[in-house]
Amino acid sequence: MGIRQMASAAALTLLAATTVAACGGGGSSSAGPKELVYWASNQGTSLDHDRRVLEPELAKFTQRTGIKVKLEVIGWPDLLNRILAATTSGKGPDVLNIGNTWSASLQATGALLPFDDATFAKIGGRDRFLGPCLAATGAEGKPPTAVPLYGQAYGLYYNKRLFREAGIDKPPATWSELVEVGKKLTKPGQWGLTLQAGQVTENAHHAAILGAQHGARFFNGDKPALASDAAADAIKQYVDLMQVHKIVNPSNAEYTDTAKSLKDLADGKAAMFMNQASAGSFQAVGMKMEDLGVAPIPMPDQFPPGGRRVNSFVAGINLAVFKNTRNLDGALKFVQFMTSTEEQVLLNKTYGSLPTVKDAYGDPAFQTEDVKVFQYVLSTTAEPLPQVPQESQFETLVGTAMKSMFADVAAGRTVDVAGIKAKLAQADQQLAAGS
Amino acid sequence: MTALLDQAPAAPAAGDRRPPRRRPRRGRRVALPYLLLLPALVLELLVHLVPMAVGVWMSFRKLTQFYIRNWSAAPHAGFDNYRVMLDFDSAVGRNLLHSFGVTVAFTVLSVGAAWLLGTAAAVLMQSRFRGRGPLRAFFLVPYALPMYAAVITWAFMLQRDTGMVNGLLGRDGPDAPFWLIGGNSFWSLVVVSVWRTWPFAFLIVMAGLQNIPRDLYEAAALDGAGWWRQFRTITQPMLRPVNQVLLLVLFLWTFNDFNTPYVLFGESAPREASLISIHIYQSSFVTWNFGLGSAMSVLLLLFLLLVTAAYLAVTSRRRRIHA
Repeated sequence: MGIRQMASAAALTLLAATTVAACGGGGSSSAGPKELVYWASNQGTSLDHDRRVLEPELAKFTQRTGIKVKLEVIGWPDLLNRILAATTSGKGPDVLNIGNTWSASLQATGALLPFDDATFAKIGGRDRFLGPCLAATGAEGKPPTAVPLYGQAYGLYYNKRLFREAGIDKPPATWSELVEVGKKLTKPGQWGLTLQAGQVTENAHHAAILGAQHGARFFNGDKPALASDAAADAIKQYVDLMQVHKIVNPSNAEYTDTAKSLKDLADGKAAMFMNQASAGSFQAVGMKMEDLGVAPIPMPDQFPPGGRRVNSFVAGINLAVFKNTRNLDGALKFVQFMTSTEEQVLLNKTYGSLPTVKDAYGDPAFQTEDVKVFQYVLSTTAEPLPQVPQESQFETLVGTAMKSMFADVAAGRTVDVAGIKAKLAQADQQLAAGS
Repeated sequence: MTALLDQAPAAPAAGDRRPPRRRPRRGRRVALPYLLLLPALVLELLVHLVPMAVGVWMSFRKLTQFYIRNWSAAPHAGFDNYRVMLDFDSAVGRNLLHSFGVTVAFTVLSVGAAWLLGTAAAVLMQSRFRGRGPLRAFFLVPYALPMYAAVITWAFMLQRDTGMVNGLLGRDGPDAPFWLIGGNSFWSLVVVSVWRTWPFAFLIVMAGLQNIPRDLYEAAALDGAGWWRQFRTITQPMLRPVNQVLLLVLFLWTFNDFNTPYVLFGESAPREASLISIHIYQSSFVTWNFGLGSAMSVLLLLFLLLVTAAYLAVTSRRRRIHA
């Protein structure tokens, strides 16, 4: 063979190889009926921690059913994009975790398996689950497209040592007490309260909680109605913690993750922090656990007309089945396994979250004071975030607007109700453009 | 893959020691180069042109979360996405325009400063002195560092309470300035971007300087030309072709830069530093409106094409006049 023939042959081979490589990309979907791909969200202190927690449980499942589970733990910054990519390409996991606030948004894409009564029957029935958690699994009137896996609620964490030093004997129960206590605890080098004011979703969560207390609804059916007086008042009330009462360090305006606030509380730089159950994370940043107290987030002194008794939203993680799965039977068996009383006790104990099935609460691990606070909040004064397809956009737009309000306050500019309402009206326009 | 492609034609040649035939058959001679180009061409199509075409197609669809599972079902939007975006009375249009303005200012400042610094350093490094080698290597460090590690370090340094910048400035307490939010965030972004890109300018200009014959300078010196005159009349004109490409590449990279603002500020940049790439990401991925995001990308592509074409037309005409 001459040079040229050989070269042409080589070129052709290469061409064939590249074309094949280009067509045969990606796709982690299960290979057959004896295998499942599971995408887990990051619940522990690291992705590796999650792997160590989950792998023994998955091995247990394999032993019982003969179905192998391929585990991938995905960090929060990537999870939603990965799910969107899986939805778009049709190639993804068989079973996956989703943030429960995304339920209605992901339901609208049609990528997730609806849990109708027949499907629920296969995993042991709907009645096993806690009512409030079930309310955050999809739009009202449609079969849910996920089941609750780990429950979460907001509480007010406080540093008992700083409280003792200031002569305060109990956590605040009303908003004015919060402000009063906060002022007492604010002195050079120490602040009454820390906020993740630069974190988009956290801001939106607090807007939703305070919004409910003010009677705001944010959506009228499926139609965005963010710009209401009630919503603007609620956001003003939250921003005023930094702007008017000055019990929050202006530096918090650049806090884009939880770690900094956790650390401030642990180091005694801040006395209070409103957050989801996070005892494990406090421990990881060096908090002395005997100094850590938790109470429900304070309620208003007097509810405005239409205000609702809410101090948390129904937070947590849901478990969903990808509609394209080729192993539906195995996937449902796995869902049943993960929501069984045994696994619920074990996993929620490890992660410091709350079981989503009623039977699990009999375990002594969920009888501690701290857990009881969150359990009480979740079962009595928590309402789900709006279960509408545009929920995730709502969080992004409102949260981003609030981030810039805090930046304004930190820079010494004034944020007033009219300005807030104008920003909300802008968010309404942006939502309308995408509907 | 590129390595494979590079080696492919060379490999057979190594094993064949016969002298090349003088007159190969004509048809084959014409076909072979094209055949050899084919793999690259196919890859180019797959990696660049097809996604671009899909992007253009998407920009004419109402591709929201309801349709991402089945794209083809997304309803036709006609020019709706473009209309929403270019309606500067609406929030979407106003924000896009603002973001565009910020990006233009950012690009001009960042490219200008990176080019100035790079050229100055390259010219100063031209003459031999002790420690020139290590210093050159040192200058290239920002370019060699992994992007994420470098920018996240800047983010730590720029924090208000615990950052090194305020520490060095001796600013702490209630009056300490913010660098990651508010008006200063724009300048933080410019500084980090210049820090990241100037070594590239330095490297390219330095390479360009190697090609200028030394005797030109010697002749000029004999004629009594000083340093500045040598720089104006020899260095600058001789570097023109290098600069032409350098500025264009820097412009395109900086205008499209996504990584620097994303790592510095997270997924929602402060309004003062909201670059267009982050804006498009927000519009498509964060608010799940891929049609609108694609329409913005298409407009961005058209703008960059236009600028590039105009730039090339102007600079090459100038070169012809000068030549």
